[in-house]
Amino acid sequence: MDQPLSSTVEAKKGKKAKKRRKESSLWWMYLPSVLLVMLFIVYPFLDGIRISLTNWNGFSQVYDYIGLEQYKRMFADPDTWLVVKNTLLYGIGSTVLQNIIGLGYALLLNHHLKVRTLTRTIIYLPVIISPLVMGYIWYFFFAYQGGALNDIYNWLGLDPVNALGNPEVNPYIIVFVNTFQFVGVAMIIYLAGLQSISKEYYEAANIDGASSWSKFKNITLPLLAPAITINVVINIIGGLKLFDVIVSLTNGGPGNASQSMSTFMYSLYFARQDAGYAATQGVLMAVIILVLSLAALLYLKRKEVEA
Amino acid sequence: MNQVSKRAKWFLTAVALVITLLHLIPYYILLTTAFKRAGDFSSKWLFPEYFSLENFTAAWEQANLSNAFMNTFVITFFAAAMLILFGSLAAYALARRQTRLNKYVYMLFVAVMVIPPLTALVPLYQLVVDVGLMNTRLVAVLNNVAAFLPLTIFLYAGFIRSTVPKELEEAAKMDGASTIGIFFRIVFPLLKPITATVLILSCVYIWNDYQFAIFFLQDSDMHTLTVALASFFGQNTSQLGLVGAAALIASLPMIFLFLFLQRFFIEGLAAGSVKG
Repeated sequence: MDQPLSSTVEAKKGKKAKKRRKESSLWWMYLPSVLLVMLFIVYPFLDGIRISLTNWNGFSQVYDYIGLEQYKRMFADPDTWLVVKNTLLYGIGSTVLQNIIGLGYALLLNHHLKVRTLTRTIIYLPVIISPLVMGYIWYFFFAYQGGALNDIYNWLGLDPVNALGNPEVNPYIIVFVNTFQFVGVAMIIYLAGLQSISKEYYEAANIDGASSWSKFKNITLPLLAPAITINVVINIIGGLKLFDVIVSLTNGGPGNASQSMSTFMYSLYFARQDAGYAATQGVLMAVIILVLSLAALLYLKRKEVEA
Repeated sequence: MNQVSKRAKWFLTAVALVITLLHLIPYYILLTTAFKRAGDFSSKWLFPEYFSLENFTAAWEQANLSNAFMNTFVITFFAAAMLILFGSLAAYALARRQTRLNKYVYMLFVAVMVIPPLTALVPLYQLVVDVGLMNTRLVAVLNNVAAFLPLTIFLYAGFIRSTVPKELEEAAKMDGASTIGIFFRIVFPLLKPITATVLILSCVYIWNDYQFAIFFLQDSDMHTLTVALASFFGQNTSQLGLVGAAALIASLPMIFLFLFLQRFFIEGLAAGSVKG
């Protein structure tokens, strides 16, 4: 009675083992990747949470764990809210502009115009230039002394403006430059989306006598939903992380007026040796980016299903 | 899309041309700035009446751009090579072997994609100091590879699942080929299109990187182009001609690469977005 049972178990085990051997994970193939990501991304991310609970200055060997003091300080610090406000403006402002303008450009170029390749090339070109350099290029345009914008003001007989030094204006210039630089990405993704829409939908709508607007609203937009999702998510993440272009345009100034969370964290750490507090700001930034990008992703995915 | 009349097409072409011109303005200003001698305060909208490369030679010398070019090139080259090797190997195992372990590892890479690397600036900086990699090209290579690996693996894995047929690998296995042999001789050559996409995306990103470089390569011998440019700007805020020339020199390699390989840049992005 025992004998046959155990032998079937043995047989099953043997089969399983054979299957497992065939399905080995090949873990050595991804070992270097896992180690690199663990060491340079996951570990620093977790260690950042630990440092945010200290009063470390960034170089001293001794420091104390002070609980949530840095978090209390952060929420009471008016600079935090200024910087969060700027970061949201950079993230959401650029996302809105890049998507509206990018879609507009894509719709225009989707008519098979003769200048299509030329226009596409020029609009996409800034994507491959360093954002730092792009900031300098626009600095030549907006600079108070010898900037191209003030040359125009001069010709019109107007007083020169210090656009980059004006805290009321310069965050919008940063949004503008970031949009100019990356609108080409949105345009290309929308163009690819438009080209994947079957012509038959439009032909059917034409037979029904649908207006251009109703075709756009009922056919184009719903079928572009996946492209909208990708664009919104990558633009939000890119905009919330903005760093280089701020360094070259305003360096976060005047004061902290145009600082983003990235540049603020940098100045807290390197200029003010306030490492514990900088790490706390880093945690807040990670939370904001995670929450906003996931919220956008989930919302748009739900819309995609409905459409 | 819709058929439009000839007249409408002319109108749209005109609109496209106006948009193109508007997008060219910053480059035009960059050129007029870069070619103007120091002390020439004429309008930025006009080219100088003389031709002089003074700014370019001066910027090349003073900003030590030859050294910065070398550093940037070495870092970009090795980082891109490591990305392609590690990324394709990892994606192959994760895409082909659906074990429980592999599912978790794949999830790890996808999750890591949403962690913005620099939110952990403080501990990352400390880690680099602790392991003695401060001011080495290696740290820029490793950081860029780690930051770009999750996306690379994601793109490769998607491509392997959707386009590389299993049959070839199974046939090779019957003939007794090893896993690594199958990967390099059969699978890797089939990955060419996605390798081109990864190469272009990562090279542009790493060549233009400023965030990692400014933190970890502060020693002037180790400066990459962006860091050299930023410090050069700091010393010459009133001499925009010099900065313009340096900015132009630093951007030219990528601009040429883009103009010659434009198809790959744009198709790669479009294909990646449709699949993703």
